[in-house]
Amino acid sequence: MDLFDSVFLAKASFIGIVFAITLGIAAYSTYFERKIAAFMQDRIGPDRAGPFGILQPLADAVKMFMKEDFIPANSNKWLFIMGPCLSMLTALMTSAVVPFGDTITIGDVTFDLQGIDVNIGILWVFGIVSLGVYGILIGGWASNNKYSLLGAIRAASQNISYELAMGLSIIAILMMTGSLSTKAIVEAQQNGHWNILYQPMGFIIFLICAFAECNRTPFDLPECETELIGGYHTEYSSMKLGFYLFAEYINMFISGAVMATLYFGGYDYSGVDFVTAQLGATAATLIGAGALIGKALAFVFIFMWVRWTLPRFRYDQLMGLGWSGLIPLAMFNVVVTGLGILLDQQILIGIGGVVVFIAGIVVYDQLFVKKKLA
Amino acid sequence: MKLSNRTKVVEQGEMTLAERMYLPAIVGGMATTLKHFFSKPVTIRYPEQTRYLGPIYRGHHILKKDEQGAERCTACGLCAVACPAEAISMVAEERKKGEEKLYREEKYAKVYEINMLRCIFCGLCEEACPKEAIFLRHDQMVPVFNSRDEVIYGKDKLVEKMDQRYLREGWK
Repeated sequence: MDLFDSVFLAKASFIGIVFAITLGIAAYSTYFERKIAAFMQDRIGPDRAGPFGILQPLADAVKMFMKEDFIPANSNKWLFIMGPCLSMLTALMTSAVVPFGDTITIGDVTFDLQGIDVNIGILWVFGIVSLGVYGILIGGWASNNKYSLLGAIRAASQNISYELAMGLSIIAILMMTGSLSTKAIVEAQQNGHWNILYQPMGFIIFLICAFAECNRTPFDLPECETELIGGYHTEYSSMKLGFYLFAEYINMFISGAVMATLYFGGYDYSGVDFVTAQLGATAATLIGAGALIGKALAFVFIFMWVRWTLPRFRYDQLMGLGWSGLIPLAMFNVVVTGLGILLDQQILIGIGGVVVFIAGIVVYDQLFVKKKLA
Repeated sequence: MKLSNRTKVVEQGEMTLAERMYLPAIVGGMATTLKHFFSKPVTIRYPEQTRYLGPIYRGHHILKKDEQGAERCTACGLCAVACPAEAISMVAEERKKGEEKLYREEKYAKVYEINMLRCIFCGLCEEACPKEAIFLRHDQMVPVFNSRDEVIYGKDKLVEKMDQRYLREGWK
């Protein structure tokens, strides 16, 4: 019974910490989104609430709670309430399989810095991410508003289209690691053998798909103001709207953490052995967790950077890129990776694959694309 | 026949391969935003910081006094006539004996009011004034008001204080 208690306690406290970190980072992402937007547009940004405006998330939360909680007359009330709750739930569930580090032992309690180490870790991420679209779809449908419905349908079709390319780009990683467990994938990348070196093309595909899955610019068609007022959250107000927006920031952070796990060595950082020798295993593990969070935050910055740089895709361009651009590219990447594993020359074949791809495009362009005579 | 020989025909040719791939353009755009990320903001924290708006900015009205501290205004009413918004009204009064220190001319404005809800800050009163009495100062604005009682500015708010005289660039 003691063992169960200690294991349960360790798990519960770790999950609590992960929730706190995730929610805190998501709250401050809203602040940093506005600050980064301001800096990129040569402005100052929010600076009224507290020094440098660091209390802005609190002010926003208070504002959200004080607003009228409006439910449209002819909407489906329970589904209308369920939409944002589902969005939030699925956004928070994904972090369960992200390994934040190895085990640490405090007293006689061993903390495993991962919510659940299941051998289907990546499948779990995919399952939850595809459930995430239900929150948007249900909310958009229940609003009884054509703009909400259009936004929700766009979200659904977009997420389904880009999940395919995302899955194909991950298959290449699974071929290299031979396991679906996120922990095994990270452990295969220790000591600098990060997957980004072996899978640059796969990473680009995954990154683009992550943008689409998080409904971020340039793929934010589900909520594009210019066409659909507010998209799926047109009818939402108060904290229900806050939940939708918050879920988006949580998704950004988690997808950053997943990308760091899959392609950037997870909690691996240079000098692990040195730190372990100097400060002990616990400190080394905690710094590793910090490194993972840092990598995830770097991705969050890239998400924001892209948002304030690129305009939105047109809907047919979005579908064209997904179906006739990324999916064939991901399949090509799978073939190249297979060839690399077969010949045991992964980096060389990987670079060769990129070269062959670019050469192929240039040749195709020269042969088949009609040029206007100058 | 062309009107001028400066017309230039711009032919937008077919997009090159690099242009159709988007990626070079995306990298270029992200470099631009990153450059701006590290550059100095062009905006300021307004109520705390203010900008110099130039020597001829038309702000708060002021009724000038001369060097001896006597009011220059003689209540001729040319400013009120010139005012396109009809914001100025005044009541004239004859100068009594012993008031030479207070008023420069033999007639002065007992009441001088500007309705700041009507004023459009065109500066025509300043141009019309033959006595160089009314000016729109360049360094101060009419503040925001909360009630309608505050918007009719009388002489208490308009006449220049001798301890903080208004000086414009180029004046002695």
